[in-house]
Amino acid sequence: MKRATLFPYVIWMALFIVVPMLLVLYYAFTVPTDAGATWSLDNFSRFFEPIYLRVLGRSLRLAVISTIICLLLGYPAAMVMAGNAFSRKSVILLLFVVPMWMNFLLRTYAWLTLLERNGVINVLLNALRLPNLNILYTESAVVLGMVYNFLPFMVLPIYSVLSKIDKGVIEAAGDLGANSFRVFTRVIFPLSVPGLVSGVTMVFMPALTTFVISRLLGGGQFTLIGNLIEQQFLVVGDWGFGSSISVVMIVLILFSMAIMSFFEGEEKSVALW
Amino acid sequence: MVKFLKRSYVYLIFAFLYMPIAVLMVYSFNDSRSRGMWGGFTLRWYVELFQDRTIMSSLYSTLLIGVVSALVATIIGTLAAIGIHNTRGIQKKVIMNITYLPVLNPEIVTAISLMILFVFARVRLGYLTLLLAHITFNIPYVILSVLPKLRQLNKHLYEAALDLGSTPTQALWKVIIPEIMPGIITGMLLAFTLSIDDFVISFFTTGSGVSTLSITIYSMARRGINPKINALSTIMFTFVLLLLIVVNVRQAREEKKGRNGKNGSKRQVSSLGARLGGV
Repeated sequence: MKRATLFPYVIWMALFIVVPMLLVLYYAFTVPTDAGATWSLDNFSRFFEPIYLRVLGRSLRLAVISTIICLLLGYPAAMVMAGNAFSRKSVILLLFVVPMWMNFLLRTYAWLTLLERNGVINVLLNALRLPNLNILYTESAVVLGMVYNFLPFMVLPIYSVLSKIDKGVIEAAGDLGANSFRVFTRVIFPLSVPGLVSGVTMVFMPALTTFVISRLLGGGQFTLIGNLIEQQFLVVGDWGFGSSISVVMIVLILFSMAIMSFFEGEEKSVALW
Repeated sequence: MVKFLKRSYVYLIFAFLYMPIAVLMVYSFNDSRSRGMWGGFTLRWYVELFQDRTIMSSLYSTLLIGVVSALVATIIGTLAAIGIHNTRGIQKKVIMNITYLPVLNPEIVTAISLMILFVFARVRLGYLTLLLAHITFNIPYVILSVLPKLRQLNKHLYEAALDLGSTPTQALWKVIIPEIMPGIITGMLLAFTLSIDDFVISFFTTGSGVSTLSITIYSMARRGINPKINALSTIMFTFVLLLLIVVNVRQAREEKKGRNGKNGSKRQVSSLGARLGGV
């Protein structure tokens, strides 16, 4: 086996991964002038204007809210699935994965049908003589879309960690006198932290960077950081500013990954990427 | 009782996950444009779907780009995996980190970086740029599918082939490739599905006139609800379900052979999930 087989990939990688990233950095740190371009931090200082900071704040807020909801909904689900409530675990797991295979846009689009003024949910509510629910094109709809799309990413890593916990450890804790609450807080939960961290990462990051959910369910009113980048490249044509926002986003993500890996510790028990 | 509550909770979550899809499917047969009402059973939207030239041409582009990008990515990725497997030290670290870059980067960043490259290099945005972009984001997944198979490979197999008189190329084709074939096929299927499913990267790297199914759906959905999309969803969901069953049967068979660790398939599922969600 020769290492020469690596050759085509190295060239491909350099051309289509490394060079594009360098170009993004180049555009982020330069401003066009008459004589070409000069190095400058103008693009970044623009980002710290109040309108853009508000966008960043909104993106972070919605991403955090969605992550927390996913965690609250997903952790118990993962626990039940890892426990012995179901006899055919692999089927249950598969049922969890199947919706993820549906085209992402279609899954988001489906909520339009449900949430519309005359949509399915409101027809049902009317039939029950309950007040209408008009959340389409609001922040709530965006959060709902994020939770719907990313919930499986929270459940799967937590499930995989929980199902690997040695049953003996739990029994031992019980034998040593811990009640089931203490067993959970002192044994199960600490052992599940690596999965929880992966889950949080896998929900938080796409939620932070999405521009599709906010565009479809937020109706374009709720500009998130992803929409801002999209606009700079496809509408405004300001590559410098767009690139600088992308760099900020990469830094944010590297930063949160560093925090996460700090919590995850040395243990790399979850097979994630 | 507790068991019943636990189960109900998971069923509720399933209801949450499946309800929108189910509603889409039911309404694809609804003979009334308004969503709240049921106007009788019809196949009208399916007929209109197949007569819609924009949708049909984007379906064609999606499949074409999916097949070609999966094939090219599989070839480059498999060769790369073999090379990486035989590289050590800092070199390996650098290559692996760059390989992970498109996997970990937010999709929108990969998308705009490729768009900048293509515009900068004055390549006209269209089929070619779409194809190059798809190959680029597919290669890492092929590498990550093939590498575990190479690690399971007996080190002496290749040497034995050489001792028995085969040239290095022959040993590669007749011994190594057949041994890692399951990983290659998984990687190729993964690449194909990822390519078909991609929206963000296609959206930024395509030019006027060329659009994939995802892009068409996006521009239709932006204008509101369209029953043709419901019909399309039903067809796509059924297709994906069938594909998933095939893949699972394959994996189950392999696991029976005892070669593929459970971890392998799990990793693929979650990495795929990561990809699908990274929009």
